[in-house]
Amino acid sequence: MNSVTEAELHAYVDGTLLEGSRSGIEAWLASHPEDAERLRAYAEQNSLLRSLYNPILDEPVPAALLAVRPRAWKGYAAAAAIFALGLGLGWLVRGILIAPQMVPLSLARQAATAHIVYAPEVRHPVEVTVDQEEHLVRWLSKRLGTTLKAPKLGPLGYDLVGGRLLSGPQGPVAHFMYQDARGQRLTLYVSRQKGEPRDTAFRFSQEDRVSVFYWVDGDFGYALSGEVRRDQLLKVADAVYKQLNP
Amino acid sequence: MDRQSIIEHIPRLRRYARALVGDRYIADDLVQDTLERAWNKFSLWRQGSDLRAWLFTIMHNVFVNQARRRRYEIEQAMEELPAVGVRATQGDQLELEDVDRALRALTLEQREVVLLIAIEQLTYDEVGRALGIPIGTVMSRLSRGRERMRQLLGDPAAVPLKVVK
Repeated sequence: MNSVTEAELHAYVDGTLLEGSRSGIEAWLASHPEDAERLRAYAEQNSLLRSLYNPILDEPVPAALLAVRPRAWKGYAAAAAIFALGLGLGWLVRGILIAPQMVPLSLARQAATAHIVYAPEVRHPVEVTVDQEEHLVRWLSKRLGTTLKAPKLGPLGYDLVGGRLLSGPQGPVAHFMYQDARGQRLTLYVSRQKGEPRDTAFRFSQEDRVSVFYWVDGDFGYALSGEVRRDQLLKVADAVYKQLNP
Repeated sequence: MDRQSIIEHIPRLRRYARALVGDRYIADDLVQDTLERAWNKFSLWRQGSDLRAWLFTIMHNVFVNQARRRRYEIEQAMEELPAVGVRATQGDQLELEDVDRALRALTLEQREVVLLIAIEQLTYDEVGRALGIPIGTVMSRLSRGRERMRQLLGDPAAVPLKVVK
């Protein structure tokens, strides 16, 4: 054996070498212990990487990934829902013409988690109650470094209970809680987003029993969560969006 | 071609995405965007050709387009979270964590090639087609990536604790 190529050595590690070439490589390795040691290390890398990441194959696939549909289908469904709700043209344009961009799915999960933790709370669902609404909004605005508004959802049957400051992966989070006459609660999660300001379409995610509509508007991500039907939540999400973007 | 066939590939896409970006949520976002792109471009997929390779090509394109914009977020996420579970006391677990840190020290280009070969077990030709690069480039990235990991693993002090670009 005169020489072998680097490509052949890698192919030997990966088991993709043509059968006839194996013996030649093995003869080479027998007389080149440094190469033999190097290939042993590469084979070990393959095996460790597989041990590390193969378990992911057995994880349940998140529902949000199974729910991905062709855009055409989504567009028609969205359009139908929008007409059914009698929403404005601006919305239609927003939902359909804006290409789906990266909306962190993590935003939906963080919001759903916060909802699950605080919505069932009986005695202390919020830090600051609605009787100090002005103080609440001023305080949260200051912490997030923007001018926040607590949307008015009374016409849809949901009254503001109050809010709290949370800590999210991207810094402070404003968390507003609403409740209807039957005690059904919705929460609005507002978090500053990293990176360049951008806008995204509404997205829906089902996180266990919690439905979440979420979107990014400029520097901020918004997520509305509740254990209610998707169409009901969409109505509220639309009202929230319109009030925040008059 | 039905929906089911794309769905069957989701676990593999998740595995590769997780290995590529480290953080599970960012990885699932990458998978989500890949699936959306795949559905939208489905008419471009040639019946009978390798669906898996096509999906990896799409993921690569989505990843590259977003990598620049998201590099900062990815780095942050990796600094905040260990890429795999909690540090256990067993030697095996430490070894896995070391290999993962070494993987993070590769350039994104090297990491893609190493992972498609090690984890997905694509052939060198398939990797070249998926990434849109000549086979010679596949081999040089593979060779450099593996050698860099070997050096880092041989000398643990050389493995950076944080990703340095």
